[in-house]
Amino acid sequence: MTAAIACSDLCVSYGQLQVLRGVSFNIPVGQGVVLLGANGSGKSTLLRSLNGLEKLQSGRVLIHGDSLSEASRGELRRIRRGMGYVFQQFNLVPQLSAFQNVLLGAMGRHRLGLLSCLGVFASKEERTRAMHCLDRVGMADRAEHRPSELSGGQQQRVAIARMLMQAPKIVIADEPIASLDPRAGPDVLDLLWKIVREENLSMLLTLHQIKLATEYADRIIGLSAGRIVIDVPIADADPEQLNALYKGMSSPDTETGQGLL
Amino acid sequence: MSNGSRVPPRFRTPSAFTWVLLVGFAAFFIQGLIASEISLDRLVRGASNFVRFVGQAVPPNFTRAEGIADAMLETLNIAIVGVTFGCILSVPLALLAARNTTPNTLTQLVARFVISVSRTIPDLIWALIFVVTVGLGPLAGILAIIMDTIGFAARFYSERFEEVQKGPSEALTSTGASRLSVIFGAILPESFASMTATSLFSVEKAIRSAVTLGLVGAGGIGVELSTAMRLFRYDQAAAIILVILIVVIVFEQISSSIRKRII
Repeated sequence: MTAAIACSDLCVSYGQLQVLRGVSFNIPVGQGVVLLGANGSGKSTLLRSLNGLEKLQSGRVLIHGDSLSEASRGELRRIRRGMGYVFQQFNLVPQLSAFQNVLLGAMGRHRLGLLSCLGVFASKEERTRAMHCLDRVGMADRAEHRPSELSGGQQQRVAIARMLMQAPKIVIADEPIASLDPRAGPDVLDLLWKIVREENLSMLLTLHQIKLATEYADRIIGLSAGRIVIDVPIADADPEQLNALYKGMSSPDTETGQGLL
Repeated sequence: MSNGSRVPPRFRTPSAFTWVLLVGFAAFFIQGLIASEISLDRLVRGASNFVRFVGQAVPPNFTRAEGIADAMLETLNIAIVGVTFGCILSVPLALLAARNTTPNTLTQLVARFVISVSRTIPDLIWALIFVVTVGLGPLAGILAIIMDTIGFAARFYSERFEEVQKGPSEALTSTGASRLSVIFGAILPESFASMTATSLFSVEKAIRSAVTLGLVGAGGIGVELSTAMRLFRYDQAAAIILVILIVVIVFEQISSSIRKRII
């Protein structure tokens, strides 16, 4: 069976700075993987390059067997359509209601793009679907609210509903709970995992909380300075080894959160 | 105090470039003063002429109120029609000109060139050009306002597009949406409030320029005003100026109250 995500020898650099130095791994369909690593270890860059938002210097990414770097623009859009992305900063369009933001998730599926996803023109099925997605994340009663009228946790729920609307096969989540408070964070994470398990999706997720990571994941990958240093099934994960990912950095870095960059 | 940290001096000698700039400016300024032949005698005569003008202009003569109202209506028509087309045309131009929405560099350069040409040429000169090409009357005025609006609105629209947050557009891109969908789904909604404010400024600006366009024959109340002035009917001219003043102020009030509501 082809892996959901297969990448081999990924290298990405920003000018002189080598961010990813040869990263390789496979994620089989239906597996939930947590990616751990200190700030600046290259986690976000890795996730962004899986979606084609970041340009690869060398290496290959295969999504369900389709190569990302050799894809034409149309093919790239098709590959992206099967991949839901959840961002740390939610990235909802601030001027649109929660409902409209969720509807936009369907944009990639339609040939007419936006026209089929505007609240006014959208088909009845899509509108019902969007409402259903909002309902699944528990935000149906806030459909008419704008993002600014929602709390951080609620905004992330709307973003998850948008991801659901897209009907992806793979979910990529870049520190989805890093800007949420200690109560909302685990709730949102719980919801995200529940959806991923129910839909049998493959997920690659970055987190900073080792405890939360070990609670849900099937497998843990640890990234340090652009290289994979840990790649173990959850049963073999050694907490000390995981903690070591965040050690050995100079203290000002850990304090300011700037990391190794 | 350690050797390495000396207090910075209070003054620095300006650079050679600053000197050249200062001397050049001063020379140009003095030359301008001399060339305009300002003399006390002329200022005094001017003042007495002004008093004579005011004497003849007060009280304003509203006997031709109907004609003035018609001309004012035409001015407003020119402004509104022109600014509407101008703003509509500005949106695609601004999209082509903005760094993050343009399809390629060549298109961007062409769009920027068109925008800056329509901005650099003043509205009165556009009016003169269109009077020559489409003849006297309101159409020339409308075309002039369109060009003037493009120069103003397209530039500010495109600057706004470039300032839009990257996140929402990136989120839509990651769902596999096309560029056009991303523009209409994220970038335009995010810019909408600022675009409305810019468009309202364009309306104010258009009304003010539509008033003067008549002076070169492009229709509107300016025609009436220049006729009255040339016939030395200062009382009628005063009435026209008063009407202009009131209309412009009313429009500015309306547009600023709308702007307060949306921002």
